[in-house]
Amino acid sequence: MSTMAVPDIAVAPVDEGFWTRSRKVGLTLLALGLLSAVLFGALATDQQARFTLSDDAAGAALEINGTIGAILFGIITVAAGAALLAGVPKRWFLPVLGVGLVAFVLSFLCWQVSAAPTGQNFMPLVNIIRGTFILALPLIFGALAGVLCERSGVVNVAIEGQLLMGAFSGALFGSISGSVWVGLVAAAIGGAFISLLLAVFAIRYLVDQVVMGIVLNLLAVGVTGFLYERLMQTDAAKYNSAPRFSNWEIPLLKDIPVLGPALFRGNIFLYLGLLLVLVIHIGLFRTRWGLRTRSVGEHPIAADTLGVKVLRVRYRNVLLAGVVAGIGGASYTLALYSFTKNMIGGKGFIALAALIFGRWNPTGALLAALFFGFADQLATYLGAINSVIPSQFLAMLPYLATILAVAGLVGRVRAPAADGKPYIKG
Amino acid sequence: MTNPNPQSGSPDKEPASEAQAAQNALGNTERAEVATEPDRSAAKPGPEPEPKPSLGRLFLDNLWAANTFTVTLLSLVLAIVVGAVLMIISDPDVLSTYSYITSRPSDAINSSWTLVSEAYANLFKGSIFDPEAFSGWLDGANGWQAVLAPISETLTYAAPLVFTGLSVALAFRGGLFNIGAQGQATIGVIMAALAGFLLPLPPGLHLLVAVLAGALGGAIWGFIPGILKARAGAHEVINTIMLNYVATYFLTWLIVQNGVQDPNRTDAISKAVDTSAQLPRLLGDNLRVHAGILLAVLATWAVAWLLNRSTLGFELRAVGANPDAARTAGISVTRTYILIMVFAGILAGLGGSNMVLGSTASALTPLVVAQIGFDGILVALLGRVKPWGVLLAALLFGALQAGGNRMQSYSGISLELVTVLQALIVIFIAAPALVKAIFQLRAARAARLQTSLAKGW
Repeated sequence: MSTMAVPDIAVAPVDEGFWTRSRKVGLTLLALGLLSAVLFGALATDQQARFTLSDDAAGAALEINGTIGAILFGIITVAAGAALLAGVPKRWFLPVLGVGLVAFVLSFLCWQVSAAPTGQNFMPLVNIIRGTFILALPLIFGALAGVLCERSGVVNVAIEGQLLMGAFSGALFGSISGSVWVGLVAAAIGGAFISLLLAVFAIRYLVDQVVMGIVLNLLAVGVTGFLYERLMQTDAAKYNSAPRFSNWEIPLLKDIPVLGPALFRGNIFLYLGLLLVLVIHIGLFRTRWGLRTRSVGEHPIAADTLGVKVLRVRYRNVLLAGVVAGIGGASYTLALYSFTKNMIGGKGFIALAALIFGRWNPTGALLAALFFGFADQLATYLGAINSVIPSQFLAMLPYLATILAVAGLVGRVRAPAADGKPYIKG
Repeated sequence: MTNPNPQSGSPDKEPASEAQAAQNALGNTERAEVATEPDRSAAKPGPEPEPKPSLGRLFLDNLWAANTFTVTLLSLVLAIVVGAVLMIISDPDVLSTYSYITSRPSDAINSSWTLVSEAYANLFKGSIFDPEAFSGWLDGANGWQAVLAPISETLTYAAPLVFTGLSVALAFRGGLFNIGAQGQATIGVIMAALAGFLLPLPPGLHLLVAVLAGALGGAIWGFIPGILKARAGAHEVINTIMLNYVATYFLTWLIVQNGVQDPNRTDAISKAVDTSAQLPRLLGDNLRVHAGILLAVLATWAVAWLLNRSTLGFELRAVGANPDAARTAGISVTRTYILIMVFAGILAGLGGSNMVLGSTASALTPLVVAQIGFDGILVALLGRVKPWGVLLAALLFGALQAGGNRMQSYSGISLELVTVLQALIVIFIAAPALVKAIFQLRAARAARLQTSLAKGW
C-alpha cells in the first residue's frame, strides 16, 4: 500500500506463526456469528421473515421464522469462522469467507424483516437487486475509470469531477440536440475533458496527482454549478430536459425468475457497465494493451527500456478513463433524473473506495461496487420499514470497509507500484 | 525576492523535501554565482561572494521572471480571465451580440465589458471597499459600520480557512497529505457545539471549553489516520477521504437525536450554542467579524514557531524530507506521523469551532461546516504551505467568498463562479511551468518550476 515504505512502519511479517491472516479472519467471523446468533436471535420476533420473489407482498416468497432464521444463519457464520480457524486450504479461503459473510447478512435481515410492523415484514428481492444495480452503476463506471487510470500509474481522485462533468454535458447537449446518442457522446467528451486536464497537468506539468484530482473536482463542481444556475435554471425546457434511454428487455433472459425482471429489463447503461467490466478485465490481463498498461503502472523505467511509450500509454488510459466515467455520469442524466447542482454527491469517492476495496482489479471493483450499492439500497429499505438501525450508519459502511481494507484487516491491498509517480524520461 | 541565495530565491519551496529543493535549485540555476556556491548553509547568512547588481536592476530582472510573486499574480489574472469568459458564454443576451460581431464588434465588446466589469466591481466592493458606503458615511447617510462591512465579511470568511489551511500545510511539511481537514472540522464542530449547549459553565470558561472541545474532536479524527499510517502503513489520503464521509454521516445522524435537536423544530437543526460560549464580536453587533480571526493569527504564529523553531518542527520537516534518513538519525517516524496528524486535526477542529462559535452559524446543521476543509487544501497550496502564506491565501479566499455574495445578489452571477476562480488559481499555481509558458516569463534564478509532492498512494 504504502509506497513510502518506511521499515519501522508495520510490514507483513514473513513468518506469521499460528495466527495467519486466515485464522484472524476466522476468529473475527466466529465472533460476528456468535453476535448475530445471540443478539439478532434475541431481537428477532416470531413473525415470518418473507423474502418475496415478486414485487408485492403476496406472490411466491421464501419464508422463515424470524428468530429461527437469525439463529440459524448466525450458526452458519460461526461454522464458517470455525472452519477458517481450524485451517482450510488456501483456495477455500475466499468461498468460506463469502459464505460466512452472506450468512451474517441474512441473519441480520431475518431480524430486521421479522421486526418490521406486521404487513411490512417482507423484503421484495426483485426491488432490492434492481436497486442495488442502479445504485452501483455510477460506482462501477467510476471504479473502472479508476482502474484504467491507476493501472497505468496516474492516481485518479478526479472520478467525482469526471462523473459530474459527464452528467452535466450529457444533460446539456442531450437537451439541446434532443437525442440521447448525442448526449451520450457529449457525456463521454465531458468526462474526457476533465481527464485531459488531469493528464496534461499530471504528465506534462508534473503536478501532484492527488492535488490535481481534488482541485479538478472543485473545478467541475464550480463550472457545472455555475452553468447550471445560469443556463439550466433560467431555461430548463431548453437546457435541462434531456431525452432518456428507455429500458431494453433482453429476450429469454428477462423471463428468469427474480434476476430477469431485476437485471434484464434495464437500460443501456446497465448492460454497458457490465460489459465494460468484462472487456476491461480481459483487456487488462489478456491483451498486449493490458500488459503495457500494467507494466507502465508497475515499472515505467523497465517498460520504457523495452520500447513502450510510457507517456503515450498514460495519456491514452487517462483519457479512456474520462470517457468511461463520463458515460457513468450520463447514467444519471440520460436515464434517471434531470441535472441538479452537485448531483454526484460523493459517489465518485465511493467509486474510489470501490476501486481500492476491489484491489485495483475490474472484477474486484464490480463486486465492491455491488456491495456498496447493496448497503445503499438496504439503507433505503430499512428506512421504509422503520428499522432501529439509522440509515446514516449503513451509509458509512463503504467508507469504514475501505478503511479496514487499507489498514490490512481484510487482507492486504496494494496499489500499482508506480501509481502517482510522474515519469520523467531520461 | 532580490536575494540571489537559492533558498530564499525560490519561495515556492517544496514542502516535502528541502534537500531536494536545494538540489533542484542548483540544477535550475542560470546564474553561475549560485552554482559556484556549494555550501548553502554558509551562504545563507554570509555576504554574497560576488558584487551585487544594483537594486533597481534586480527588481526589473525579477519582475518578469517566474518567481513566486509573479506566478501567483499572473495565476490570479488568468483565473479572472477564464472567469470572465465563463460569464460571457453563459449570458444569452451578451452571447447574441457575438452573432454579428463582424458587422458591429462594438456591441459585443461593450456588452461583455459591462457584464464582466460590473461583476468584478461587485466582487471588490463586497470584499474590500465600497466607495458608495464611504461617501455615504461622509455625507452622514450611513454609519462607519457600512464602510468596514466588506472587510468584516472577508475576515469572517477567512478565519476558519486559516485554520484548515494551516492544518493541511502542517501535514504537507511532514510529508503527509491531509485531505481529512473537512472531516476533522466536522467532528470539531460537533464537539464545540455540544460543549456549547450542553455544558452549563460561566462565561469565559464556557467559551474556552467549547473551543478546546472542537480542537479535541479534530485531534481524535486526525489521530485515526495517523495511527493507521504509522502502525499499518495505510495511506493517509485514502483514510482521510473515507473519514470525511464517516464524519458527515455521523453529523447528520447526531443532529436529529433527542437532546441535540432543537425541540421546537422538525427539520435537521440542533439547539443553539449558549451566548456564553460564542466568540465575541470585534466591531459591534452589526458587523460579523469575531475574535476567531485573532485566534487565527495566533495559530499562524504558533504553527510558524512550531515548524521553524521547535524540535518537533525540525523532526517533522526531516520526516517530510526523507523518512529513511530521519529514522537513521534517530527520529521516530511513527511517532512523528501520529503527532503530525493530531496537530493537523487540532487545527482543523479549531476551524470547525469557528464555524459554530463565531457568527457564521450558532447551531449544527448538515451543512454547518460548509467546504472549509476542501478549501483549506487550496488555501494551503496557494500559501505555498508556509504559515504566513496560508494566512494571506485565506484572506484572499475569504475576500472572494465575501465578494462573491455581493456579486450574486447585485450582478446575478452565481456564487459558484468563486469556486471556479479558486480552483483555477490553484491549478495555475500548481503548474508554474504553464503560467511561465503562457506569459513567456524568463526562468527565475533558482526557481524550481515544478511542484512534485507526488508520492502516490
